[in-house]
Amino acid sequence: MRVGLFVTCVNDTLYPRTGRAVVTLLERLGVHVDFPMDQSCCGQPLYNTGYRHHTEPLLLRHAAAFRDHDYIVTPSGSCAAMVRDNYPRIARRAAFEGRGSREVTALAEAAACTASKTYELTEFLVDVLGVTDVGARFPHPVTYHPTCHGLRVLGLRDRPRRLLEHVAGLDLRELGGAEECCGFGGTFAVKNAAVSAAMGADKARAVTATGAHAVCAVDNSCLMHIGGILSRDNSPVRPVHIAEILASTDGNLP
Amino acid sequence: MSGTYPGTPFPQAAAVSTGDRTLRANLRHATHTIRAKRARAVAELEDWDRLRAAGAAIKDRTLRHLDHYLVQLEENVTRAGGTVHWAADAAEANRIVTELVQATGETEVVKVKSMATQETGLNAALAQAGIRAYETDLAELIVQLADDLPSHILVPAIHRSRAEIRDIFRDRMADWGRPAPDDLTDRPADLAEAARVHLRDKFLGCTVGVSGANFMIAETGTLVVVESEGNGRMCLTLPDTLISVVGIEKTVPAWKDLEVYLQLLPRSSTAERMNPYTSMWTGTTDEDGPRSFHLVLLDNGRTDTLADHVGRQALRCIRCSACLNVCPVYERAGGHAYGSPYPGPIGAILTPQLRGLASPLEESLPFASSLCGACYDVCPVAIDIPEVLVHLRERVAEGGETTVRGTRTVIKPARKHTAERIAMRATGWALNHPAALLKAQRLAARSRRFHPRRLPGPGRAWTDTRDLPAVPAEPFRDWWTRTHGGTA
Repeated sequence: MRVGLFVTCVNDTLYPRTGRAVVTLLERLGVHVDFPMDQSCCGQPLYNTGYRHHTEPLLLRHAAAFRDHDYIVTPSGSCAAMVRDNYPRIARRAAFEGRGSREVTALAEAAACTASKTYELTEFLVDVLGVTDVGARFPHPVTYHPTCHGLRVLGLRDRPRRLLEHVAGLDLRELGGAEECCGFGGTFAVKNAAVSAAMGADKARAVTATGAHAVCAVDNSCLMHIGGILSRDNSPVRPVHIAEILASTDGNLP
Repeated sequence: MSGTYPGTPFPQAAAVSTGDRTLRANLRHATHTIRAKRARAVAELEDWDRLRAAGAAIKDRTLRHLDHYLVQLEENVTRAGGTVHWAADAAEANRIVTELVQATGETEVVKVKSMATQETGLNAALAQAGIRAYETDLAELIVQLADDLPSHILVPAIHRSRAEIRDIFRDRMADWGRPAPDDLTDRPADLAEAARVHLRDKFLGCTVGVSGANFMIAETGTLVVVESEGNGRMCLTLPDTLISVVGIEKTVPAWKDLEVYLQLLPRSSTAERMNPYTSMWTGTTDEDGPRSFHLVLLDNGRTDTLADHVGRQALRCIRCSACLNVCPVYERAGGHAYGSPYPGPIGAILTPQLRGLASPLEESLPFASSLCGACYDVCPVAIDIPEVLVHLRERVAEGGETTVRGTRTVIKPARKHTAERIAMRATGWALNHPAALLKAQRLAARSRRFHPRRLPGPGRAWTDTRDLPAVPAEPFRDWWTRTHGGTA
């Protein structure tokens, strides 16, 4: 089983701790992880802002980088959703535009091959490895924010919760209005900053009300937004990617 | 309604409305209440997913053969004693209705709540011709009396509190007819009673009614209006002349199709198992109801929308408002920020298609979403609103083929997006050249002590309310190379 880590550009650049946690966690579970250096961004920021044609080279690059892997594992619900939901859509649109058959075939094959083997981390753990107790210890009150793409596009359901419930010492606090969007939304956060900030402020308030010391999610981009507001408000609550909790054995708050 | 929506682009309009605490509180309370009720009403039906799929499939099939069904509808309406008029756009629809009213010699009409006539701005057009249109739906009445604009498809006065409504009734009812009682309270029952008494004069005095319709059944030429208050039933049955303005996409082939929609619609919109009033009429009937019936079939951008193979799914919409009620953006920004009678997620995909990307407002609407997908989840006809939003963003950002009044046209990218387009091209290039990207990452890591807490220019939009994450000492890929030897 060849497992490739798709770390995502956001994690690579801003949250390498999350990538390291995925490697630690998977290696502890006996999985040999590979990191193809040719990988880059899945193209989500470009695609969601309306630049579909600029996304295509990144789709092809992504598929080529993971050509030899059986599984692509990523610690990002929205990047997994981009590959699974939008890659096939991009290929279909290219076909509809009546582009050259070689181009269309390349996109269609790249999309089909990556979409079928891409797993968000908690899916990979629960569905492929069949584990819910990953041997982690994290003795802190924690609340979990289900991110929109994880919740509604991937349908992660209770997988992240089941994993968290098996973490030794972890006190899982219910988040009010959990399924409401935090307001990040990629370029939405700056294009519609007022609404984005208003949504984020409500989410941050709900997080703080749980009394948790950390808020976790399957996506660092949402946590960057929520955490940015918490930090601006001098809140003691820390944003922590779920991978870092599941990788933890020393129990320290990162 | 006499006002028109301002053409302010969404971000600027929403920046103002999100700061309105009263509006935010009114909307939060109203949307969260109906949201929870809808979820319960939908959960009662085990076959909801299948109903939803059927609702989408019937509409898709009808839209594919719309030319056929519209002609069938026209034949059957005509055979039943009605007259069918075709309106290519809002101006033509308004002109037809105005002339029909003028032909009766009347100067007043009663109206059933209708999105199509909000879309065409019929009341203002009638007013110009000296004809007064009385809105008889409670919420539309509130909006009309306040000289306000609807902010929700189902609950046009959702942005108003009970106390505000009492003040509107007390101050304005007298200008339009029977005044509100002096001792009016803000109890819902008292407000409803004041409206009932005020409207009764209109129902009994007007001989022309104007309506829309929720469905038009092609096989018999029957129109269907579903409503909660009974005012619609009054307007549809009491007048001598009935004029219905209906979007062409409201057609369904057969009566049996209603089985699906009369389950989907009330549960999605008012969270009821069944709406209190369902009125159906086929042409005219001797000695019963209107003596004369006119159907104005409205296009107004629908055929253009139908030509777009991604965007056309917006035409399935049955105007239930479920997407508004779950939308976190709508909840904060309010309906007026969307600049049209169609607010919320559905408005963000409908308005730019019906009107075309005519101005900075329409260009801004596809971006008025965090793409959270809650709207798609609740849509009873499975309109993939995020998919259409992204598709329309592409048309704004990259330009491309579109249809304007029946003609295929290639539109240029929106002018405002030039800088963004250049930045995105550069980003796309850098992301496709990991070596260059790595250099940038390392530069960011090395200079991290000097990063400002607040960014200038467009970055301010982030740092005005949010801290930036600290840039780590080394990017992930450098750690990987150091610890795992860069195996690929």
